[in-house]
Amino acid sequence: MSLAPPNFPDLKTGQVESYLHPSVSVPEGLNNNVLVTTVDRLYNWSRRSSMWPLLFGLACCAIEMIATASSRFDLSRFGMEVMRPSPRQSDLMIVSGTVTKKMVPAIVRIYNQMAEPRYVIAMGACATGGGPFKEGYNVVSGIDKYVPVDVYIPGCPPTPEALMFGLMKMHQKVDTQSVTTADWYKREGSAFVPVPQLGPDIFDPRQADLIRAETMSGEAVEADTGGGRAEGGVPGGLRNLGEKAKARIAQAKERAAARLAG
Amino acid sequence: MSDIVAPTATVAGPLDVAGTLALVQEALPDAKPVSAGPTDYLEVAPDQLLEALRVLRDQGGCDLLSSITCTDYLSYQGRARAKDGPRFEVVYHLYSTAQGGDCVVLHVPVDDGEPLPTATPVYPGANLQEREVWDLYGLVFEGHPNLRRILLWEGFEGHPMRKDWHEAYYEEDQKPFRSRHPRADFARSEDKVPWGKNTRYPADWDPDDWQEPVTYVPVSQDPRHSNGTGDRLSTESVVVNLGPHHPSTHGVFRMVVRIEGETVTALEPDMGYLHRNHEKIGERNTWLMNMPFTDRLDYINSMSNNWGYALAVEKLMGLEVPERAEYLRVIMAELSRIVNHLWSIGFILNDLGALQTPALYAIEEREMILDLFESVSGARMMCNYLRFGGVHRDLPAGWAERARYVVHERLPRALDQLDDLLSGNEIVNTRGRGVGYLSAEQLISLSVTGPMIRAAGVPYDIRRCEPYGVYDRFDFDIPTLPHSDVYDRYYIRLLEARESVRIVQQALAGLPEGDILAGKGGYVFRPPEGEAYGRVEGPKGELGFYLVSDGKPNPYRYHIRAPSYINLNALAPMTVGYKVADAIVILGAIDIVLGEVDR
Repeated sequence: MSLAPPNFPDLKTGQVESYLHPSVSVPEGLNNNVLVTTVDRLYNWSRRSSMWPLLFGLACCAIEMIATASSRFDLSRFGMEVMRPSPRQSDLMIVSGTVTKKMVPAIVRIYNQMAEPRYVIAMGACATGGGPFKEGYNVVSGIDKYVPVDVYIPGCPPTPEALMFGLMKMHQKVDTQSVTTADWYKREGSAFVPVPQLGPDIFDPRQADLIRAETMSGEAVEADTGGGRAEGGVPGGLRNLGEKAKARIAQAKERAAARLAG
Repeated sequence: MSDIVAPTATVAGPLDVAGTLALVQEALPDAKPVSAGPTDYLEVAPDQLLEALRVLRDQGGCDLLSSITCTDYLSYQGRARAKDGPRFEVVYHLYSTAQGGDCVVLHVPVDDGEPLPTATPVYPGANLQEREVWDLYGLVFEGHPNLRRILLWEGFEGHPMRKDWHEAYYEEDQKPFRSRHPRADFARSEDKVPWGKNTRYPADWDPDDWQEPVTYVPVSQDPRHSNGTGDRLSTESVVVNLGPHHPSTHGVFRMVVRIEGETVTALEPDMGYLHRNHEKIGERNTWLMNMPFTDRLDYINSMSNNWGYALAVEKLMGLEVPERAEYLRVIMAELSRIVNHLWSIGFILNDLGALQTPALYAIEEREMILDLFESVSGARMMCNYLRFGGVHRDLPAGWAERARYVVHERLPRALDQLDDLLSGNEIVNTRGRGVGYLSAEQLISLSVTGPMIRAAGVPYDIRRCEPYGVYDRFDFDIPTLPHSDVYDRYYIRLLEARESVRIVQQALAGLPEGDILAGKGGYVFRPPEGEAYGRVEGPKGELGFYLVSDGKPNPYRYHIRAPSYINLNALAPMTVGYKVADAIVILGAIDIVLGEVDR
């Protein structure tokens, strides 16, 4: 690297270069005044350069999110320092923390209220897949069971550096989108996510038929049959599951093996 | 700068626990003394409970009902208990704020479906905890003013902390699960359930017929509220929802507020939006596996949480901790108290409308301390640093010098700067002084602990009243302030952070050489049968862990007495009569963390 001070016109040219249209050239004299680019690139550039996150924290990860936005790590370098408390004004929802069943309806409503284009980041192990609390009776195994997620960030909690890396990945993803294929530019728009309801347990309206078929079938719901050690020392877990559940698990294992092989 | 700082008062002397229990026995000859491991308690019949509590409060001087919880003895495997006794035992821990010292413990055995009287007439602070026991264990407290579910929602099927209640992903009662070790033949939990989610539904339940229960709306709690029946103007009150997604509620917390004009006439806290089933998971984990889970309780100070749990287990085991480890624990816990108080000062100011700027200054200092934590434990926030009988790692080279720089050079200046900029500020004074007042007696009867009651003039600090670790070796004050309003609650945190800086300075100067861990740190570990209650002065109040061991490798009962949860008892009485904008800052000055409130 040279230590000479940068030549600003050159620097500017270098920055815009990636946005220029590859096949349309501008006449010599207009080079510094007119740029020809595509609508996609212009849209994506503006969208990712000022992506406003929703001011929305769930748990421990929210503290690291605040730390990322504060003095030391400084999210404003990414044009993201304006965290909006209103979903109507924000583009990005960072699901930062454990998603509980009691909270899911609120999260889905907030997601539906966000104006498109909207993005979701699952920050941390809990929002990604339930994390250390996955087995808990009030914990949802990942927010992607209910709303679509764009970027997953591992960690418990992810460090601010990890969060920033995730945000950069988010930017990269935005850069690859096109107005001709993105859902929100289609005539019918993208669909709302139906809000889950709190019944005897949380249920997703999209799965109502499946749930009814199982509960009304007259058989005990299979997952309940896993026994503990109380039953004469017989180990619980897989061995005590019903036939249907065993078949489901076998199929899932086959799918996983096929993915690994191919 | 605040004008009045009350002199540090000292406590009268430790409570005579045996004598106090004898008082109850004198009044109630049927009460049966029991000894379980390190704890002696009295077994009281449900119909005599109120009498026992009255004796303890009026004659025994136990003014603080610290904790109420319940144990389900359905699958208890130890030998110390008769198998045919009542299934549940409700446990009461009581303290004296005037005398300090150890706790008085009562057990009330009840069978399934047998009601027991509510303790709220004697100790109003029993309110939230009894609701929790109803929610998680299904025990009915007769006469409770508002016995609804608190952590889960109305309509939830079953009471999940019962030992025979199993969730959809249930595998076994004890970890490590045999499907993981040694069989290693495990599958994704999602694949076991037809709908791929952690849910279960009762048989014959049709989702189409489901109707959500009517939302509970609080009625006016203001005695002055006329409802248009007198000669005052007839007005209509409005119910406003603050949360669970609200920038001022410090997490996912919901307040249902009934307002008239801008005046709050009733407030109902609604929680459970971060109920992560810590206790249910904790009873399946081995003893040491719970240590990283305690980090995630009050996620701003993992170090103090670790200490509360380690202390309870050490009490159960009778473990001694090496001197160097005790000093390291003090250093870490006090640094984390400074982190907490800086954070809370920043966010009280946020709630007052000084959006971001004071918080940014506070977070800058926090980062200095987090760097210290990271280099000693490997993680910024979830330190998982303490072990039973010591600490996990020794200090890396140069750590003590960096810490000395932070506590001698950096933090005193930062605290002075915050004090200079904020304490005399016009807005902090006008919005803080006289707002959210409750008298010291009311706060104690509502089971409030920590900076909240020290800002009401009560010098109750567990580091002084029932010293643990090596706190008796350091020279520090317990600051108190007289007014019990939002301003004092803000300022007490600044004063306490200064005392913590003093403690860390002394601990760093006197840090001895030697071992950091007695024994093996609990990797393979079975405490003897019994129960123990260990508590530390957490930055938010009394953080207690109630543990029952049946001699097996995992805790039989694992309960956390969370200070921010129990301090919320005082939220409604403090807020009613003030404006909506004050409700925000009154909540901010309680300083709650939802990981601890909901667990």
